[in-house]
Amino acid sequence: MTSKNVLLIFKSNIMYKPVIYRLARDFELVFNILEAKILPRKEGRILLELRGSEDIIAEGIRFLEQNRVVVEPLSDKVWREDEKCVNCGACTGLCPTDALSMKRPEMTVSFDVEKCVACGMCGLVCPFGAMRDITLFDPFAEGRSDSK
Amino acid sequence: MGEFKINKTFGEINKKIQDGSVVVLTAEEMIGATKELGPIEAAHKVDVVTTGTFGIMCSSGAFLNFGHSKPRIKANKVFINGVEAYAGIAAVDCYLGAAQTREDDPLNKVFPGRFRYGGGHVIEDLVSGKQVRLEALAYGTDCYPNLRHEADMALRDFPDAWLLNPRNGYQNYNCAVNLSKKTIYTYMGVLRPDCTNANYSTSGQLSPLLNDPFYRTIGLGTRIFLGGGVGYVIGNGTQHNPNVKRSENGVVMGGAGTLSVKGDLKHMSPKYLRGASLTGYGCSLNVGIGVPIPILNEEMAMFTSVSDDDILAPIVDYGLDYPQGTGAPLGYVSYAQLKTGEMDFNGQKVTTSPLASYSTALEIAVILRDWIKSGRFLLGEPQDTLPSAPFSGFEMLK
Ligand code: SF4
Ligand code: SF4
Repeated sequence: MTSKNVLLIFKSNIMYKPVIYRLARDFELVFNILEAKILPRKEGRILLELRGSEDIIAEGIRFLEQNRVVVEPLSDKVWREDEKCVNCGACTGLCPTDALSMKRPEMTVSFDVEKCVACGMCGLVCPFGAMRDITLFDPFAEGRSDSK
Repeated sequence: MGEFKINKTFGEINKKIQDGSVVVLTAEEMIGATKELGPIEAAHKVDVVTTGTFGIMCSSGAFLNFGHSKPRIKANKVFINGVEAYAGIAAVDCYLGAAQTREDDPLNKVFPGRFRYGGGHVIEDLVSGKQVRLEALAYGTDCYPNLRHEADMALRDFPDAWLLNPRNGYQNYNCAVNLSKKTIYTYMGVLRPDCTNANYSTSGQLSPLLNDPFYRTIGLGTRIFLGGGVGYVIGNGTQHNPNVKRSENGVVMGGAGTLSVKGDLKHMSPKYLRGASLTGYGCSLNVGIGVPIPILNEEMAMFTSVSDDDILAPIVDYGLDYPQGTGAPLGYVSYAQLKTGEMDFNGQKVTTSPLASYSTALEIAVILRDWIKSGRFLLGEPQDTLPSAPFSGFEMLK
C-alpha cells in the first residue's frame, strides 16, 4: 500500500463525467479529496490523495488520462531551495500535512515532498524564500476583503 | 561577592585561553556537566560557556561610509538597491536599517504584502560580496558641489561598514497566539484564528542573556560572535528592562534584557546575516549572535546550566491584546514544552513552532567554543555592566 498526491485538471467538456467514482469502483483505489475548486475559466481542479498498490495507482492514473483528465504529481509542484533554508521551523506549524516537520532533538526541518499537497502555505510563511511552488490555486482567492 | 568557593577572573581565564588549557562547553553541554559534577566542581573545571542565537532582529542595521565622490558630495538622500538609508549625518555616512523597505514596495496595499527586498537583504547582499547600486542625492554646497552620485559598489569598496544594532538578543520573549477570528500576519509569523498555532522566538537554553540572567559578566566591551565575525556588546539595547517578573532561579518570565552590538561587516558571512521577509509585516534581518560567558564562580555555573524546562515564556494574544497594548499574559509555557511541537491551552491542543533556528544557534555556540579553545578569541572584560536587578542567590549554594 502506498499513497500518491496528484492534481487532476478537468477541462469543462468533461467536468461532469463520474470518473472519480469509477476510480473507486473499477480499481478499488482509496482516495481522499484534499481540495477541489472550479476556476473562473470553467476548469475544475482537484487535489487527490490516491492509496493502493503502486500498480493499481498507475492503472488508475492511466484510466484518468484516457478520459482526458490531466494528471500531475504534486511532488513536482513544490520544492525547497535547501541552501536558503535556515532550519528555523516557522513553516512547520502551518504545513497542514506534516510534509514540513521538525526533526528532534536536532531541531532541523525535514521536507517530505510525498506528503505535500501543494497548498502554498509554506511559501507565504518562509521568511527566506526557501519554499518555492507553482501556484495551483491562488492562496488569496478567498482572502480578506477588509485589507488595511 | 567573595562568598563563593570558586573565584576566577577574566584575566586568569584569558591566560588559560592563551596557554591552551582552557575548558569551554556550550550552554547545552553545561546543563549535563553541572548536573553531574555539581555547581562547585563544574565551576572549578569549566572556564567558559558559549551561547548562541539566530533569529529575526528588526532593530539592526549597517553604518556605512561610502567614500567621497569627485567632485565631493554631501548626501542628504541615499538609496542602496532602491532601499533608503538615513543620510542626515556627515557628508558620505549613512545608516541602513534592516526593516527599511524599497521605495517602490507595494507594502500592505494588497494584503498581506510580501516585502521581498529591504535593508536586511541589502546587508545580506553586501556580506555575500555582491555589487549594490548606490545613489546619493544632495542640494550642493560650496565645499560639496556634487548634486548626484551613483556607483556600483561591493562591500570592499566602502571605506567603513559596520553592523550596528540598537537592540538584539532579547532575553526571553512571548509565545504568540491569536484568539481572534481571522488569520493574522505579524512579526511573530502567521497566526491562525482561534488559537490554532503558537509561535515562539528565542533559542531558550542556548540564548545568551538567559544564561547570564543578571548580566554579571556581559556589558560594554564583551567580545562576541556577530554575524559570523567578531563583534562587541556596546551597552544595553533599547527597551532593556531588568525588572521583569522572574522565577525562583532568576530567569525572566518575559522579554527583559537586550543588547546593543557592533562589529565589522567586512568579516561577516551571509550564513549568519540573512535578509528576512515577513508576509504582511515587513522586512528584517536574521542575526547570528554568540556570547561567551566566563564561569567566574559557582553561581555562574548555576546560571549557565539553565535548561529549557526552567525557562517560561508568556503566552500572549496577538489578535487583540498585543496590538491594543492591553491584557495580561494568558499563561506561561516552558521551552521544553514548546519544543515538542505541541502545547495545551484552555483544554485544546495547539501546534507550536519556533521562529529562531535552534540548530543554527547551536552551530554558533560550537563555533565560538572552538574559537576560544584554539586561542584565537580572548574574552573582553566589560568596562561597564548592564542595568540589573537584585538576586538573593541560589538556596543550594547557601
Ligand atoms: S505546500 Fe508547503 S505547507 Fe503546503 S503541504 Fe506542501 S510543504 Fe506543507
Ligand atoms: S520557514 Fe523557510 S527557512 Fe524556516 S525551516 Fe521552513 S523552509 Fe526553512
